[in-house]
Amino acid sequence: MSVDEKTVRRIAHLARIAVTDEEVPHLQGEINAILSFVEQLGEVNVDGVEPMTSVTPMVMKKRQDGVTDGGYPEKIVQNAPATEDSFFLVPKVVE
Amino acid sequence: MTELTHLTIAEARDGLKAKSFSATELAQAHLAAMEKARALNAYVLETPEQALAMAKASDERIARGEAGALEGIPLGIKDLFCTEGVTTTAGSKILGNFNPPYESTVTRNLWNDGAVMLGKLNLDEFAMGSSNETSAFGPVVSPWRRQGSNVSAGASGAIEGTHLVPGGSSGGSAAAVAAHLCLGATATDTGGSIRQPAAFTGTVGIKPTYGRVSRWGTVAFASSLDQAGPIARTVRDAAIMLRSMSGPDAKDTTCVDLPVPDFEAAVSRGVKGLKIGIPKEYRVDGMSPEIEKLWHQGAEWLRAAGAEIVEVSLPHTKYALPAYYIVAPAEASSNLARYDGVRYGLRVPGKDIVDMYEKTRAAGFGREVKRRVMIGTYVLSAGYYDAYYVRAQKLRTLIKRDFEQVYAQGIHAILTPATPSSAFGIGEKGSGDPVEMYLNDIFTVTVNMAGLPGIAVPAGLDSQGLPLGLQLIGRAFDEETLFAAGQAIEDAAGRIKLPQAWWA
Repeated sequence: MSVDEKTVRRIAHLARIAVTDEEVPHLQGEINAILSFVEQLGEVNVDGVEPMTSVTPMVMKKRQDGVTDGGYPEKIVQNAPATEDSFFLVPKVVE
Repeated sequence: MTELTHLTIAEARDGLKAKSFSATELAQAHLAAMEKARALNAYVLETPEQALAMAKASDERIARGEAGALEGIPLGIKDLFCTEGVTTTAGSKILGNFNPPYESTVTRNLWNDGAVMLGKLNLDEFAMGSSNETSAFGPVVSPWRRQGSNVSAGASGAIEGTHLVPGGSSGGSAAAVAAHLCLGATATDTGGSIRQPAAFTGTVGIKPTYGRVSRWGTVAFASSLDQAGPIARTVRDAAIMLRSMSGPDAKDTTCVDLPVPDFEAAVSRGVKGLKIGIPKEYRVDGMSPEIEKLWHQGAEWLRAAGAEIVEVSLPHTKYALPAYYIVAPAEASSNLARYDGVRYGLRVPGKDIVDMYEKTRAAGFGREVKRRVMIGTYVLSAGYYDAYYVRAQKLRTLIKRDFEQVYAQGIHAILTPATPSSAFGIGEKGSGDPVEMYLNDIFTVTVNMAGLPGIAVPAGLDSQGLPLGLQLIGRAFDEETLFAAGQAIEDAAGRIKLPQAWWA
């Protein structure tokens, strides 16, 4: 399978990365090189094979569902580019 | 007396205990070496004040007889580990001046054992790369030079000539250890990022079993593959460091509740009675005859030390790298969704929130990261998920099954080359076709896909005078056998003579 320029733009938008007109052909070439490299996986018969979901078989650790941390909003927002009263500020989302 | 920067961790530990020198003197010697080695670009941030404060505290604990396992040992920290109050970049512009309000579990464990932080080490952006060339802070210069190379420290303090890469993504870690700019360094490995740079720089690097080391507070690349480990100058030093880095952690549910063995004790165990497998599928087309010869030599060394050498088969080996280039980008696209200009790091204003996201990520991510996020987005998108992602995860099951079948035959560890070649020059690979660079990880990536431990040990020099490494792959949670067999290789090969400080 290979991707065309339109698909490259669609993927970039899904990935929330702005791309310029000059970047698109390069990205297209590179993505197609990778897609052609991974094509060989089609040779393998994977009928009846379970997809891996956990690389180390182990029982998921559990703990009581309770608050164990927190109470320091100023630390949470200290690295944010824009904040107000311990809230993250973003451009208007709802009109 | 040996220069303080040329000690091993074990020697420094003994010297500190015997009060032959202080932790402060040890830290000062390293800070001075780092200052003279800035042209190598191994450190993205030097932290001399922390280093001296921590060393002073170590000297006080040593005086009180309260020394920890790594008391006073100066280490470099890959800039993927969050360090409280110390800028953490992941080699990317998108994190801006991110100053973590918390400490990663790995570094916390090291400080709890008395280690001293010298600074943060350069890496490929978000650990995506095999040469350290994708770092937003510029490439790292390998301390190694080809015989007869024209690379030198220029009059302006910059490096002149086409230098070699130290490998990646833990390129700063490997270069700093090889150039004696720390006694050991933390590193991370998603597809080979500890073992390949270790092999390129004549150092020892181990990626432990998935789940041995907590991932909490380490910037995530591909969560089911990422694992932290040490790079050091000897097998024993790697064992000492890994013991301190490892251990259960309630903050990471994938970190196992298993006791941490005394890895250092395993170093002197020997290999008598071990069965070492040689997988025929690792004899790839175009492999350099020098690597092939070294691999054979490694098997002979282990045989001479008392191991039994057995040919084994791992039939799905060739599919590991293509499956990795689906799984790793898929997980990366998901993990890196958090860099959106809202909670931390860079923000580029836009006409609405989506425009802000898109502009922020376009400006903040480098080419390699954008490409991988886009590949990951594509293979997870509606209509392609089953064909790419699910198929790759099925291949992963088969790759792991190959190893399980070999271990079920009584094989204790598997010997392979660490890399298909020695270090290459900057700009030499992957400029047109990214796959050319990806092939560096052909021997290491299988290990991440199966979650197993793997160690790279220097085993000799090629005809250009550059180091080559061998890799040993172990059973899950049996790093001890890797340390025992790694030591047998180190004993037989002799310790690699690291380069003189031509850059200083």
